[in-house]
Amino acid sequence: MRIVAEHLFYTYNPKSPFETAALRDVSLTIEEGEFFGIIGHTGSGKSTFVQHLNGLIRLPSSLKRSRPNRKKDSSVKTVLKVGDFDLADKKTDFRALRKSVGMVFQYPEYQLFAETVREDVAFGLKNFSSEKLSEEQIDAAVRAAVEVVGLDYDEMKDKSPFELSGGQKRRVAIAGVIVTRPEVLVLDEPAAGLDPLGKQEIMQLLHKLHREWCRTVIIVSHDMDEISENCTRAAVFSEGTVRYVLPPRELFCHAQELTAMGLDVPLTAKLVSLLHERGIDIECDFTAADFCEKVLAYAAAHPKKERDEGGEA
Amino acid sequence: MKDVSFGQFYPVNSFVHRLDPRLKIVFLIAYIVAIFLATNFYELAACALVLLLIVFFARIPIGKVLRAVRGVTFLVLFTTALNLLFYKGDTVYWEWGIFCVSFEGIIFSVFLALRLVLLVVCSSMLTYTTTPVSLTDGVESLLTPLKWIRIPVHALALVMSIALRMIPVLMDETSRIKNAQMARGADFESGNIIKRVKATIPILVPLLLSALRRADELGDAMDARCYTGGDHRTKYKKLRFTWRDLVAFLLGAALIAGVVLMRIYLPASY
Amino acid sequence: MKAIEFADVSFRYEEEGPFAVRHLNFSVEEGEFVAVLGHNGSGKSTLARLANGLLTPDEGQIRVLGTLLGDKNLYDVRRNVGVVFQNPDNQTVATIVEDDVAFGAENVGLAREEIGRRIDFALKAVGMEEYRTSTVARLSGGQKQRVAIAGVLALKPKIIILDESTAMLDPRGRREIVDVVTRLNQEEGITVLLITHFLEEALLADRAVVMNRGELVMEGTPRAVFARKEELLTYNLALPRIGVICERLRAGGMNVADTLDAEVLAKEIAQCVS
Repeated sequence: MRIVAEHLFYTYNPKSPFETAALRDVSLTIEEGEFFGIIGHTGSGKSTFVQHLNGLIRLPSSLKRSRPNRKKDSSVKTVLKVGDFDLADKKTDFRALRKSVGMVFQYPEYQLFAETVREDVAFGLKNFSSEKLSEEQIDAAVRAAVEVVGLDYDEMKDKSPFELSGGQKRRVAIAGVIVTRPEVLVLDEPAAGLDPLGKQEIMQLLHKLHREWCRTVIIVSHDMDEISENCTRAAVFSEGTVRYVLPPRELFCHAQELTAMGLDVPLTAKLVSLLHERGIDIECDFTAADFCEKVLAYAAAHPKKERDEGGEA
Repeated sequence: MKDVSFGQFYPVNSFVHRLDPRLKIVFLIAYIVAIFLATNFYELAACALVLLLIVFFARIPIGKVLRAVRGVTFLVLFTTALNLLFYKGDTVYWEWGIFCVSFEGIIFSVFLALRLVLLVVCSSMLTYTTTPVSLTDGVESLLTPLKWIRIPVHALALVMSIALRMIPVLMDETSRIKNAQMARGADFESGNIIKRVKATIPILVPLLLSALRRADELGDAMDARCYTGGDHRTKYKKLRFTWRDLVAFLLGAALIAGVVLMRIYLPASY
Repeated sequence: MKAIEFADVSFRYEEEGPFAVRHLNFSVEEGEFVAVLGHNGSGKSTLARLANGLLTPDEGQIRVLGTLLGDKNLYDVRRNVGVVFQNPDNQTVATIVEDDVAFGAENVGLAREEIGRRIDFALKAVGMEEYRTSTVARLSGGQKQRVAIAGVLALKPKIIILDESTAMLDPRGRREIVDVVTRLNQEEGITVLLITHFLEEALLADRAVVMNRGELVMEGTPRAVFARKEELLTYNLALPRIGVICERLRAGGMNVADTLDAEVLAKEIAQCVS
């Protein structure tokens, strides 16, 4: 499903002293099949944006009202489409939309509630199916979801989700979202709070889901290394607007602008610019693997003669 | 994050905002007593006038004030309807079984509705103009006499303060959990009452667990910062009574006196 | 004098349960900055809770600044050992920053003026003085943790323990916290025990120790510890990205030394090419 957003505006607590514009004229298209990254600070509007995608935040009924102090401009028309769903249309079937757009919130393990893992994972499945599912159908779907996130279904199904380890809980929570086989999977800070090994494992899991399970994966993150290493393209949010939408390889050429926005650049980009200062120009896509490959290629092409020119050594 | 601070505190710098919280609490109580003492429209009008003055001096927009009333619309309508139908008056307009609408009934129910509205507006003026911290400080200070009969006033005030501090966190958490379950197809808006109550379980269970976890961690954090209860404890912020408070005190006293005098000298009629 | 001294300490949460900390011998010098590394469940957080008396050891003895920890001196010890915990939302008692910082100082019964001075000092030390009257709920995660550090500092402790205080923060918030504690260690001479699962945060410490299954398994300067990569992996500790890059370059035949500093690595690479 292709996601098209044009001229999105959103204001929290309008007409109060706490009024804050969360989105100001956001336009963004995410193609089907992407592993898309959304970067930005807390308060940059990134969470508000993704909550639009499955209708948790609805477009205001009168689109004008959401844009205070704006002259009537008929050429500025808000559009928000996810596949065939038109989210500006009140009659859209939001349940069907939510089934197609799975959303995993930050620290999803804190939403577990049921007595057993099976029951918790089945929650969304039962909610979204129009007719009553047989126990066998539920079993099959839950088993598939629990196994794809890397857990043993037979061992897990009757356990209480609360007695699992932190990493297992997070996997169960993700299984509870993907069990309905959404076409788009949105994850808000999927690796937050995990240790480095846990982070690696979660990112591997997301790639597996992207290959086998959900066509489009969108992650919200402020860890630039995560973005540079995993995403096909990334959008940079700042103060409610989209500043860049680029593949990481091009995005991190804007290292200075990103730093000015208070965002980090990935380690590889930092190294590239440090090497550039030393007269060594490396072009890479900013993944660790490609960076190393290009550095080694450079070294092969510029072999060191006995300590002479080159670096500042 | 929906950035709403709890206690509906409305941050402007006004005369009323700067008053000693203790005075505001005492005034609120006095005011409530006054509206309950008031038995006719003159007295109620006097109370309403005072309230209007407070709203004016507090620089709270009327819309905000009305929003506070909107929250209790149902309660007001319900009690008004009950009074209207059950009050046994002399001038009867309509009667059916135990129901009866009379002139006195209409007057009485309107009177009660006004009373209720004044009550709500006045209470919300306290929360609009007082930060949660000074509110708890005020309560603790006012309840000090209870310490003499060994009631743990300090602990009560601390509980209140932590509750107020945690409310934005828990509200945030509630909306996050609610969103998460809605994203999993949970439906909180349709079905009969049993279905709706059942539908809240996926919110309540995680919320309760999280509250317990937070309480546990907060307890450790307080222990680590040498918390041992109210004894030997000092206070950084002392409440101070100023000329502003004196003026407000005199005004409040005048109001009560006014209502009492009106009861004595004005004809007791509606 | 030793700031903290564990002598053969064991502890378990449930009788008959597994030991969270097992026969631990470990000490921290006054003024030292020690990083305690370990993956989840390695016992490193238990260590923090034992050190300021939130937990009592089943076996062994714990001394803080020479004093044997016992029921009677618990509060004197806690004045000297401040702990900052993991979740920034679960440590503040008050709604307003300064009220929260005052909490600890009020608990020990300091005079009003002194509390005021302590608030000034503590907020300044963590670089949050301009947020003195802000609402805690509106701060970022890193800022909330800095307020939590200030709340501990207001008690003027000699030792500060950060119990995974960076785990829930974004990279920037993590850096803020590490910067603050490094400065407190260097300028105020406060002994720091930084408990974390991010190896790169240990870089600035004087000494790093690694825990696994309740035991102390590695110890040395951060660099010496990081050099033993295979061993770290067996304790479920992943190398930071820069370590991975060093390794790959070396595997490709480039002679770069291990480092956790991007500047140093760039220099190393430059030296290997013409």
